[in-house]
Amino acid sequence: MTDKPKYPAPVGNPETAHFWDAAKQGKFLIKRCTACREPHYFPRSICPVCFSDQTVWEESKGEGVIYSYSLMRKSPTGPYAIGYVTLDEGPSLLTNFVDCDLTALKIGQRVKVVFKPTDGAPLPFFTPVG
Amino acid sequence: MTIKNKAYIAGIYEHPTRHAPDKSTAQLHAECAKGALEDAGLTKADVDGYFCAGDAPGGVMPMADYLGLKLRHLDSTETGGCSYIIALGHAAEAIAAGKCSVALITLAGKPRTGPMPPRAFGPEVDFEAAYGATTHNAYGMCAMRHMHEFGTTSEQLAWVKVAASHHAQYNPHAMLRDVVTVEDVINSPMISDPLHRLDCCVVSDGGGALVVTTPEIAKSLKRPLVRMTGHGESLKGPNGGRKLDLTYSAGVWSGPPAFAEAGVTPKDIKYASIYDSFTITVVVQLEDLGFCAKGDGGKFVADGNLISGVGKLPWNTDGGGLCNNHPINRGGITKIIEAVRQLRGEAHPKVQVPNCDLALVHGTGGLLGVRHAASTAILERV
Repeated sequence: MTDKPKYPAPVGNPETAHFWDAAKQGKFLIKRCTACREPHYFPRSICPVCFSDQTVWEESKGEGVIYSYSLMRKSPTGPYAIGYVTLDEGPSLLTNFVDCDLTALKIGQRVKVVFKPTDGAPLPFFTPVG
Repeated sequence: MTIKNKAYIAGIYEHPTRHAPDKSTAQLHAECAKGALEDAGLTKADVDGYFCAGDAPGGVMPMADYLGLKLRHLDSTETGGCSYIIALGHAAEAIAAGKCSVALITLAGKPRTGPMPPRAFGPEVDFEAAYGATTHNAYGMCAMRHMHEFGTTSEQLAWVKVAASHHAQYNPHAMLRDVVTVEDVINSPMISDPLHRLDCCVVSDGGGALVVTTPEIAKSLKRPLVRMTGHGESLKGPNGGRKLDLTYSAGVWSGPPAFAEAGVTPKDIKYASIYDSFTITVVVQLEDLGFCAKGDGGKFVADGNLISGVGKLPWNTDGGGLCNNHPINRGGITKIIEAVRQLRGEAHPKVQVPNCDLALVHGTGGLLGVRHAASTAILERV
């Protein structure tokens, strides 16, 4: 089956369900603390910076730059590139780079979020811009 | 409460096997326990404290029962490859507090001839697991950023492997005994950019064990005296994505309290056992522990500076994880064992550091580029 999902479906839990519901609508969310104003990722109900429980969901543009990456060349499923992206809003997150020449990735390169299907909610990945 | 001079390492044992298809994992733990107790001149009946980590089949309860231990103190802190350096610190604390008098620490596993335990995920699972972080690419990301910020080169990283191979040629148990050059490392296949095959450690079956005890018991035994003078532990993760910096490790927090407790500085250290899961791991940790400035680790390891008898900081004189062994992909305990050999004057004569009276042991556990723990211990010959 060519349309078989390549990626595992997120299991989800009450703390993060809203993130995955939004992902189904193509929206990429981060969390922001209304007490200390700091954003964070992945989402938590209690702010990992100031420990306030006043955290709220915020839609991210899903754009940022590559902080670092590594192209795994010895994989039974083929080469893939893991990396950290620093979002324009501030937080950095672990991801894969997709839909691009993996050998041309560079630190500092601009990237944007792209969702890939699973059997459940879609998963966020990143791809170079332009 | 300080642990300084309150606990001694009386027994060590490194399993000679690197390939154990005919043994069980529990059996390897038991063989290591027996070896370390015999080295100390103690018996199983003397043991009243037991420390193990995630490699112990079923955890601390079934493993302690399998060994037939009668305990009044037990601990199973799981922090990957540095679990055993943390266990050493916790054993020293327990001994200093009078909670036990003879502590046994064991590590064993057989990833070469059996399956590796699946990686355990935490609350991050849905946000990270699908992306395929492995030991190779997680450390690759650290190396990539270190090169980007500080101009560290593949040639500099290769010197770490060159040093390990110079030591391993004298270790009859080492998996890799051929001396390699910088060119050999650079020309080996790329595994996960920018780490080559020879930037990576070996995978071995095997194990090791330690016996930690009180000053009084240690002095009653017919073994050279090696004591703990300082210990530290810490952890580091992406911190909610806040101010991500992959160029340093939790060693920046585990090192200073260990040095302070021991009352020494990096300049005083005669020999260093520093966990070498990959060449980049060593470079980052040397910086974090203060052996050189942040960003200068590549320059520090170049030109053979880690080679005993050649360079300024003799390091991993058994060949380390890069060449000797890396039982169950966990290098913490073998780092302690070789440091004790150095302090006892029992390392191979070709790599023994003259008058080695102060050693550092340091390691990380987990994935350096994702989330990890670190632990530092300072050991002294009495």
